[in-house]
Amino acid sequence: MLSFILKRIGLAAVITVLAVSSLFLIVHMIPGDPVSTMLGPRATPEMRAALEARMGLDQPLVVQIGLFFANMLRGDLGMDVFSNRPVSEIVLGQVPYTLVLILVSITWSAVLGIALGCYSAIHRNSLGDRLTGILSVSVIAVPAFVVSLYSLLIFAVKLQWFPAIGAGDAGNWGDQLHHLVLPSLAIGLSWVGYIARLVRASMLEVMGEGHIRTARAFGLPERQIVFGYALRLAILPTVTVIGVGMGFLLSAAVFTEIVFSRPGLGKLVIDSITTRNYPVVMGSVLFSTLIFVASTTLADIVNAILDPRIRAGK
Amino acid sequence: MTDASLPKPRSELGEILYHLVRDPLGLAGLIIVLAILASAVLAPWIAPYDPIALNVPDRLQGPSAAHLMGTDQLGRDTFSRVIWGGRVALQVALPTIGGAIFFGLLLGMIAGYGPRWLDNLIVLLFDTIRSFPTVMFALAVVALVGPSLNTVILVIMVTSIPTYGRVVRTLTQSLKEAEFITAEKSLGASTPRIMAVHLLPNVLGPLAVLAAMDIPTVVGLEAGLSFLGMGVKPPTPSWGSLLNDGYNLIRNTPWLIIAGGIPLILTTVGFTFLGEALRDVVDPKLRGKGGK
Repeated sequence: MLSFILKRIGLAAVITVLAVSSLFLIVHMIPGDPVSTMLGPRATPEMRAALEARMGLDQPLVVQIGLFFANMLRGDLGMDVFSNRPVSEIVLGQVPYTLVLILVSITWSAVLGIALGCYSAIHRNSLGDRLTGILSVSVIAVPAFVVSLYSLLIFAVKLQWFPAIGAGDAGNWGDQLHHLVLPSLAIGLSWVGYIARLVRASMLEVMGEGHIRTARAFGLPERQIVFGYALRLAILPTVTVIGVGMGFLLSAAVFTEIVFSRPGLGKLVIDSITTRNYPVVMGSVLFSTLIFVASTTLADIVNAILDPRIRAGK
Repeated sequence: MTDASLPKPRSELGEILYHLVRDPLGLAGLIIVLAILASAVLAPWIAPYDPIALNVPDRLQGPSAAHLMGTDQLGRDTFSRVIWGGRVALQVALPTIGGAIFFGLLLGMIAGYGPRWLDNLIVLLFDTIRSFPTVMFALAVVALVGPSLNTVILVIMVTSIPTYGRVVRTLTQSLKEAEFITAEKSLGASTPRIMAVHLLPNVLGPLAVLAAMDIPTVVGLEAGLSFLGMGVKPPTPSWGSLLNDGYNLIRNTPWLIIAGGIPLILTTVGFTFLGEALRDVVDPKLRGKGGK
């Protein structure tokens, strides 16, 4: 078990190093350099040289990558061009907003999705099951920003039930929750259907397995079989999918933050692109990659802990 | 299965179509997808107006007989822009998915059939590409080279390769040990021949299902990036830029958002239904079970 966890973390470290290096290389291969992008066409050669030296761009590529990693490990992602604040500070200030939004979205959709999936599996081929099936498939692929825009139009602009802009007053929990409703609805909606189908499928599979039959033969109540034994195994694929789906969640969060003018990583990236604030763009992309790698790794480990088959095996 | 009572055996494609149209969701998906494809291809003939022709006096109108979905802030006909927007969506989706399938097939088959070290290397490459959240990655590249349709195509293609590659790899690995492959090998067939003639046809079915399911994602990404102003440049009509216009004018007129969202929802629902039905047909283990 421990060796599995260590191996998985090792792999995550290798992937992170590769991902960060390739991000770095892409920046260098792509036509158009950050210096002219940031300084604009009227920069004097002296200004260019000063900025290049400050960003370490006058060093050889290998040295640059090495320096970049050394700095990254110390939590230094460079300085913001405009405010002269450390990039890591700016990005870290926005990360909690995005994480809260993603966590709230995935929590409500997982709870509802697992409930619907269980219902569908137990009442297989009933009207409720069919309806859940069709609804799930219909909402699964609708882009989060379309749901965002429609819910903004209906519930914020027309009905005015929910606020349209921002994340709410700091310290006022009720207000912040009120601001979270529509964005988390937009991000979570497609996940409800996805998780419901996943749980239904794996529940049906698990219910056919030997240990469930044994439990039945021992005369255990159906409720205990479903919730005590079957569900434990049936939610495993959901854990993996949520971990791997972190990328989709982050992407959805970018759009939702823009539509609802919420602070967060997505808003930060877009604002930084518009103002050509290059280090902040890279810092945000780097952070979201780290979050993504960490969550897939965590999902694998949680899966291994929950699943006796993996635990007993390799 | 009911095939015993059928008059004569059908071709493989006919067989797939037969099962597809008998599934209500599959039929619905097929009709929606065909309608979207037709309207995109026939856009110059069926769009009532020029999608980029300005007509400022008629701006921001609601739906009417003259303008079925109203007009935008520059008086352009929204319905025509929706129809032409389908072209842009397909212009992005087709090369993106085509390229991703090509490279996914190539790398996936090499990983699945080749030596262990090459397999590990390719899987590591896939995992690395997958570790970038697509939208964030696209935004980083757009920030450097500026917004353009080709950038969007390239970025989405590269980030989609692992999706196809991993499926091809798994399929190839399980087929590698199959008896007919061993038989071919003992008859002296070369590796490229085994890959092209024997492995390829067997992985195409699942790939088609994956592609049908992936099209909405790609179309949604293009629309999303265009919505953010990081995709197609104005005045090119795209569903995403329509939504962006609508977003900016949300307090003036709801029509632009409604009109821009409907084709996206239809596309996603249509292709997802089609993909689901296709999967049931292609994967015989699931066919007729009624369960997903």
